[in-house]
Amino acid sequence: MNLIDETLKDTPKIPVQKYTPKDFQSDQDVRWCPGCGDYSILAQVQRVLPELNIPKHDIVFVSGIGCSSRFPYYMDTYGFHGIHGRAAAIASGLKVARPELSVWVATGDGDGLSIGGNHFIHLCRRNIDIKIILFNNQIYGLTKGQYSPTSEFGKVTKSSPYGSPDHPFNPLLVALGAEASFVARGLDRDPKLLQTIIRRAAEHKGTAFMEMYQNCNVFNDGAFDLFTDKETKDDNVIVLENGKPMIFGKEKDKGLKLEGFTPVAISLKDGKHTVDDLIVHNEKNTMLSFILARMTNLPNLPRPVGVLYAVERPTYEHEVTKQIESSINKQGIGTLEKLLAHGETWIIK
Amino acid sequence: MVKDLKNLDEVTIRFAGDSGDGMQLTGSQFTTTTALLGNDLSTLPDYPAEIRAPAGTLFGVSGFQIHFGSKEISTPGDTCDVLVAMNPAALKVNLRSLRDGGIIIANRDGFNDKNLKLAGYDKNPLDDGSLEKFQLHSVDITKLTTLAIRELNLSTKVVERSKNFFALGMMYWMFSRPLESSIKWIQEKFKKSPEIVDANIRVLKAGYNFGETTEIFLARYEVKAAELHPGRYRSMTGNEATAWGLLAASAKSGLDLFLGSYPITPASEILHELSHHKNFRVKTYQAEDEIAGITSAIGASYGGAIGITTTSGPGLALKTEAMGLAVMLELPLVIVNVQRGGPSTGLPTKTEQADLLQAVHGRNSEAPIPVIASCTPAGCFDAAYEAVRIALKYMTPVILLTDGYLANGAEPWLIPDVNSLQDIDVKFHTDTKNFFPYSRDEKTLSRPWAIPGTPGLEHRIGGLEKEHITGNVSYDAENHDFMVNLRHQKIEGIANDLPDAIIEGDNTGDLLVVGWGGTYGAIKTAVQKKRIEGKSVSHLHLKYINPFQKNIGDILKKFKYILVPELNLGQLSQLLQAKYLIPVIKLNKVQGLPFKANEIEAKIDDILR
Ligand SMILES: Cc1ncc(C[n+]2csc(CCOP(=O)(O)OP(=O)(O)O)c2C)c(N)n1
Ligand code: SF4
Repeated sequence: MNLIDETLKDTPKIPVQKYTPKDFQSDQDVRWCPGCGDYSILAQVQRVLPELNIPKHDIVFVSGIGCSSRFPYYMDTYGFHGIHGRAAAIASGLKVARPELSVWVATGDGDGLSIGGNHFIHLCRRNIDIKIILFNNQIYGLTKGQYSPTSEFGKVTKSSPYGSPDHPFNPLLVALGAEASFVARGLDRDPKLLQTIIRRAAEHKGTAFMEMYQNCNVFNDGAFDLFTDKETKDDNVIVLENGKPMIFGKEKDKGLKLEGFTPVAISLKDGKHTVDDLIVHNEKNTMLSFILARMTNLPNLPRPVGVLYAVERPTYEHEVTKQIESSINKQGIGTLEKLLAHGETWIIK
Repeated sequence: MVKDLKNLDEVTIRFAGDSGDGMQLTGSQFTTTTALLGNDLSTLPDYPAEIRAPAGTLFGVSGFQIHFGSKEISTPGDTCDVLVAMNPAALKVNLRSLRDGGIIIANRDGFNDKNLKLAGYDKNPLDDGSLEKFQLHSVDITKLTTLAIRELNLSTKVVERSKNFFALGMMYWMFSRPLESSIKWIQEKFKKSPEIVDANIRVLKAGYNFGETTEIFLARYEVKAAELHPGRYRSMTGNEATAWGLLAASAKSGLDLFLGSYPITPASEILHELSHHKNFRVKTYQAEDEIAGITSAIGASYGGAIGITTTSGPGLALKTEAMGLAVMLELPLVIVNVQRGGPSTGLPTKTEQADLLQAVHGRNSEAPIPVIASCTPAGCFDAAYEAVRIALKYMTPVILLTDGYLANGAEPWLIPDVNSLQDIDVKFHTDTKNFFPYSRDEKTLSRPWAIPGTPGLEHRIGGLEKEHITGNVSYDAENHDFMVNLRHQKIEGIANDLPDAIIEGDNTGDLLVVGWGGTYGAIKTAVQKKRIEGKSVSHLHLKYINPFQKNIGDILKKFKYILVPELNLGQLSQLLQAKYLIPVIKLNKVQGLPFKANEIEAKIDDILR
């Protein structure tokens, strides 16, 4: 038995107590700007975690640097505030070393997709069982308002007074392109949806990527108003539900259908279409997930939110553990004596 | 025909050919066999950065030098006694390392018009008398190889590939070595293709028999076993030894090893070697880049494993920010830097010692990290073990410096007794009463290691400055000053844990040669020779560079002159001068090559004239 197992062998594996959201609040003051979308996301995480039946001490939040990356300080779990962009890599090492832990990453659009873009795609492709919450405010908050890799083309900011010449990333497409096995999008002002997504991600075995639209009311206020305001939301957002036809609109009077590979929004009231014409959401359909993710930047189409994609495939740490077990089965557990006797040796008298 | 059998104390052989000629393999086979005979030895592989440089060119030459003897051997040899040259380029590049009167064995078939031209020869040096001062043997190695396996009907490519075994067979004959070990190796290595096994063994024997029957070699030689310390030995390269030292520390401490690494020459073999030992529960994580290599290792250390990252110079540069993080977190971590020629991509396959200041100082702000260095290939075992021990005891990242010369060079290693290794006692913190993540052990100043999964110890750590004891984020001016000093003190305090440095030679005298790292063998050889000549010179080799051992200052004061040979422009010199305010004489070489003992001897003569 190694030292970790030995030390933790008496650790309760099932929580002795029932948690409440309060149990997940640390003693540190939350220092985000009043009105920041981060608060809502924090609150929803703290609401869902008690339902998961995971002992608090087995949960770790890892982050990079940015406003959103302060997240771990506010959680009364284990927490690791890393360096800019590297949360995914730190979390990967932790999860591979300790597969039994529940490992979460809190990251921003700059942190996760700019400086940390490399680690992000590699985490997705490896499918390490880590939950990534990407707080997307389409701006750099902590460094006070430069454009981020998700800011729209032409965006005027402190570092782009003449408009950003950068074409933006679409986080969902990046994740899908990197073969993430779970991809979802939530809205800071839709707590119910956030909770559903967080719960689903927690239950998923493998890398679960959640893009969360987050309003930075100081440097990019209103970036997502179209999708979160009561008035405009229903006509501009489509909430995906597995197995359900794609209906949206304030009066549930619109739908999405496919013409070839192209999604089009249609009216259900024009007499030409019925519900049977609509796309039925299928979380396991890879091609559909790309079409939906692509809808982010296409005009005249609603923005998909909810779980776009969820499939099971072997996780990296599972494969690693398997190799180790099979090698121990074959050769016996390695010991220092065995190591030193290994290979070609000779004796000098 | 009965040939003379001559006894030699020591011999240096260099195998040289195209990078596709298999010279590294030939050299390492000769090494294994020689080690099994009980000789002491030291090797120097020397190969181009290109995997398959264009055949026949000067820059495509690959060489392997082995120095072995019946006496103690500390370097791969300044000059060689025998040069095996598979083509004109190999001859041209290596001739200057052959001593006058040395033996050349040339593959005549390789000396065709095209190759002669590529190597820049107007005339064939095998025929024009220009090699008169050497004992030249031109042998039709390719042709003889072809003849030896003619009836096997193998493709010319396979035949071409086997010719290095002919050369090896000849050398086995010439130096009276048995074939068994190489035959066994061939059988194992190629067990999936019996025809290749057959061909290579036949060629190896053909080379041996050629030596026996041909009239061109007038003598053969014998090098008796060395009088090594009794015990069980194996041959070790520096990279293998590093991997094993880490494994040993893992076994001894009861902690799992996690290696986060991105391949880079000449460090990759550590990753390769550790990847083989899965039954030690080692997890090797081939990361997407160096930054992920070190940060994943930090993540693993946070989780309670021994986090290791291995790299070479350019990779160390990339890891800089994460090293600072590890300093702030006060988590154990070992960073192995197998130095190579730089700056930038520099000379990827050549050796250098120019990352010393990067290791000691190369981070933003005050971020002290212990630095230790191995001085021989097999010594990498102890150095790696020690690096882990210090990292765990003091909850700190540690940098282990080796270099390309140590990494690839091999020597016999006296396998240690398990009980002789220093204990590594680790305890994770589990007590929930009065737990503070940045409270400290009074003696070591290290903080408790509380790993995720421990009930009741949920806490947050990160790169932001910590408040003393609580570990909460703090921007308080006085606290920062205090913490900077505390971290510094913790590392300085490691000196109390180190054994005194030991001088080789007298404790006082005219000249002290101070070295560190892979220059050990060359300095030792030079100093010993000068001492036999009666000169007042001693040798001090530093294994600990940050902090220095406590008695270094006293030692330095007892000599009139201090000479510091380094494969850089004087980095250790700078550190010694800054710390001890003493004048030092520098001897620097930055050619991608190790020192030759005679270069150091000349400098000693110069100073003591
Ligand atoms: C190596 C490094 N480069 C740059 C920075 C400065 N920096 C800190 S956070 C940040 C961007 C944060 O943006 P985002 O990830 O979108 O997070 P937000 O603050 O908006 O939540 C930058 C550039 C840093 N801390 N480290
Ligand atoms: S700057 Fe923006 S993202 Fe950062 S805390 Fe303030 S509102 Fe939130």
